[in-house]
Amino acid sequence: MYSHFRSIALAAMTLWLAQSDVVTPISGQTSSVLTPADAPLRVCADPNNLPFSNDRGQGFENRIAELVARDLHKKLEYTWWAQRRGFVRNTLKAGSCDVIVGVPTGLGMVLPTVPYYRSTYVFVTRQDRRINVRSFDDPILRRLRIGVQLIGDDGTNSPPAHALSNRGIISNVKGYTVYGDYAEESPPSRIIDAVARGEVDVAIAWGPMAGYWAKRSPVALKLAGVQPQIDLPFLPFVFDIGMGVRRGDTTFRASLQSVLTRRRADIQRILSEYGVPQIEPYAPAENSTS
Amino acid sequence: MSAIVILCVACGKEHGMKGEPSSGPTVNAKLVSIANAATLPSAIVIPNDQADDGQWTRPAKDYASTRYSKLAQINAANVGALRVAFTFSLGVNRGQEAAPLVVNNTMYVVTSYPNFVYALDLTKPGAPAKWTFKPAPMAAAQGVACCDVVNRGVVFADGKIILNTLDGETIAVDANTGKSVWRTQVTNINLGESLTMAPLVVKNKVYVGVSGSEFGIRGRLTALNLSNGAVVWRAFHTGPDSDVLIGSRFKPYYPAERGTDLGVKTWPGDAWKIGGGGVCGWISYDPSLNLIYYGTANPGPWNADQRPGDNKWTAGIFARDADTGEAVWFVSTSPHDLFDYDSVNELVLLDIPIGGQLRKVLVRPERNGFLYVIDRQTGQILSADAFGPITSYTGFDLKAGRPIPNPAKHPGTGKIVREICPAAPGMKDWQPSAFSPRTGFLYIPHQLLCMDEENVEANYIAGTPYVGMTAKMYAAPQEGGYRGEFLAWDIVNRRPAWQIEEDLPVWSGALVTAGDVAFYGTMEGWFKAVDARSGKLLWQFKCGSGIIGQPTTYRGPDGKQYVAVLAGVGGWAGAIVAGGLDARDSSAALGFVNAVKDLPDKTTKGGILYVFALP
Repeated sequence: MYSHFRSIALAAMTLWLAQSDVVTPISGQTSSVLTPADAPLRVCADPNNLPFSNDRGQGFENRIAELVARDLHKKLEYTWWAQRRGFVRNTLKAGSCDVIVGVPTGLGMVLPTVPYYRSTYVFVTRQDRRINVRSFDDPILRRLRIGVQLIGDDGTNSPPAHALSNRGIISNVKGYTVYGDYAEESPPSRIIDAVARGEVDVAIAWGPMAGYWAKRSPVALKLAGVQPQIDLPFLPFVFDIGMGVRRGDTTFRASLQSVLTRRRADIQRILSEYGVPQIEPYAPAENSTS
Repeated sequence: MSAIVILCVACGKEHGMKGEPSSGPTVNAKLVSIANAATLPSAIVIPNDQADDGQWTRPAKDYASTRYSKLAQINAANVGALRVAFTFSLGVNRGQEAAPLVVNNTMYVVTSYPNFVYALDLTKPGAPAKWTFKPAPMAAAQGVACCDVVNRGVVFADGKIILNTLDGETIAVDANTGKSVWRTQVTNINLGESLTMAPLVVKNKVYVGVSGSEFGIRGRLTALNLSNGAVVWRAFHTGPDSDVLIGSRFKPYYPAERGTDLGVKTWPGDAWKIGGGGVCGWISYDPSLNLIYYGTANPGPWNADQRPGDNKWTAGIFARDADTGEAVWFVSTSPHDLFDYDSVNELVLLDIPIGGQLRKVLVRPERNGFLYVIDRQTGQILSADAFGPITSYTGFDLKAGRPIPNPAKHPGTGKIVREICPAAPGMKDWQPSAFSPRTGFLYIPHQLLCMDEENVEANYIAGTPYVGMTAKMYAAPQEGGYRGEFLAWDIVNRRPAWQIEEDLPVWSGALVTAGDVAFYGTMEGWFKAVDARSGKLLWQFKCGSGIIGQPTTYRGPDGKQYVAVLAGVGGWAGAIVAGGLDARDSSAALGFVNAVKDLPDKTTKGGILYVFALP
């Protein structure tokens, strides 16, 4: 649908757009709960996906959840579920928890808050290789061994996989499933190991994941945001991330948004501690909340 | 609207596009039309046909996968008096796709996840449970199942019930005691693998597949030792010939399948390592040729542009030696699959008259919309006829042995493609058809859906955001708005004999008997008996939930004929109810929710065994 297409495009391109334009709560939904004051903050999270979250509380989303719980004077509780297909359905929508700490604000399955950070897909290379690649149109990409992550849906994949195939860059691309082997620690991070080990010359991966694992890499790695930010006709590499609640939970969303505003500086400190690459939003100055 | 669409509107009920252009071997025209008088048996023979002992020991009934019973106590004249004999609540309310088995006066029923197995004592009034086996699969397996947490059935062999669990175990359970005899971990949920298919047992081997081609698995068939569960061999569906068990006996009919290590060379780089090609459907067996036949699922998880080539050996049919697993031939049904046309449907083995002699064939109503008749000794495609409206292909090239792609329907990033027919679940999905040698008809439960690849939606998997094209499915506009059909296909004359329109996709299996009655269920919950010759509705009963299971029939200890079916809506088609999906999310269940938005108004979750008999 054109209207749907446009609303997602706007969500990706402008930061502080009123989200109610994008997702309209449907009347008759029963999930609009007024959380009692002594009820815990119930968070839906992946138990094995650093830097975002794990069941030892080591991810930046764990830290942000703790911050929000403290601010709201609530006890923090988790429902753990691997963030794969069915994650939202089996956690948030099943009612076992009330908020997902990080979602792209264009995600139709949830009611998103305003975003609290914007990141980008990045080129990850070894410092010692001195590879300077910034754009999908750089001819060097035809010569390098490139690692990209793959999602499962038929016809749909991670944006870099599409950007490369649109340019006919195919035979020198190596795919890593974003799911990886869930028995291992933080399975999506294998693609960053692959750069460090020299299995590929460059990986193109989502910034927060790449930034965290690059900081912990045994060899120095370099990150550069990809260009263009949106490949035509509509393939964005830049996403706004906010929190997600059930559709209809507008009161709860409002209380989360007030925490995000109040604790903006604290949240930014956490993000930078975890090496999340952030890019400046395009937004009129008067709309900025900083 | 393209010329192709107009063509298909025009062909309408005739389901045109019969294998054109048939520039290749003109076997097509040689199928001899046999006078099919209303009461005479057809000239088609079921290979390895045996006396019917009144039991039902494997989901497909026989090795030829006919789902045909010789029981005739219930017939077209008396079926109208059918009534409920007993029921049993399964205690699980997800989609129930399995076939109830009957062995030694005991009925065996397996549920969807968490895969309980019940043994019901048919010698006692009300058929009370003798034992219940609870395998306790890992809860995380639900997160890797692509399309509801279904199970397609257990099989009986050597005093054991063989069970596949969603989290990838194959378990042999003593049929008398309900105690496990052996357990083997065949697939690994940590790698995105799940297990939904029904195993098949031939001699001392248990064949087990793997589901999850969406998740970058490497598809394979595993043969286990029936006695102890040990892995005997594995045949992969991507990679070097040594892994695929391709050797000197491999003689594919079509040149495109010949060459060394095509399971590597038809992929870019090492994409074959995560190339998909699982086995979530059916396996058939021909004892005289000692070959097993089964299909491989879609390639994955690349977008198609990133995997140029045929992507072998995904989306096609293998013939393999039943003992050694060596590949004997392969037919590619959807080379370089663009639409999720897994090649996993059932393969019905028949001997049919062609040119005055019986020819050993297998019949495959394929996901891509063509009904294949294939020489099961050589892999030669004898005919491929559209059995519903197709726009994704412009025809069938018999010489090359493959459908002709329609470039206008090629999906791409940021490109909107409308009216791709059939939609991703195909003209027909897993739901098995039945064949009657008395009528010569194949009874095909199927759906009539098209899809648009148009929605651009943000998504988030394992902390990775992306925006992708998503599918939206809807009733095929060529067919007047109904979404399913129960079709009797005349095999010899290569045309529909009759069809019954159904509002919703027909997601249940089919059963046909020597009483000339065919049975199937609807997603609203109607269990129906129709005249196998005319398609006339003879009887129907409204079950407590939508039906997506496989009906079976047996002779009870009292000598009476019974018909059994599980009700319990779900599966890919019914995930909107079973999984509680949001009707407003048109792309949910990979677009299927849009096509069945009204299902929650028509049925609710359930899990009940129904058994019927004459008074």
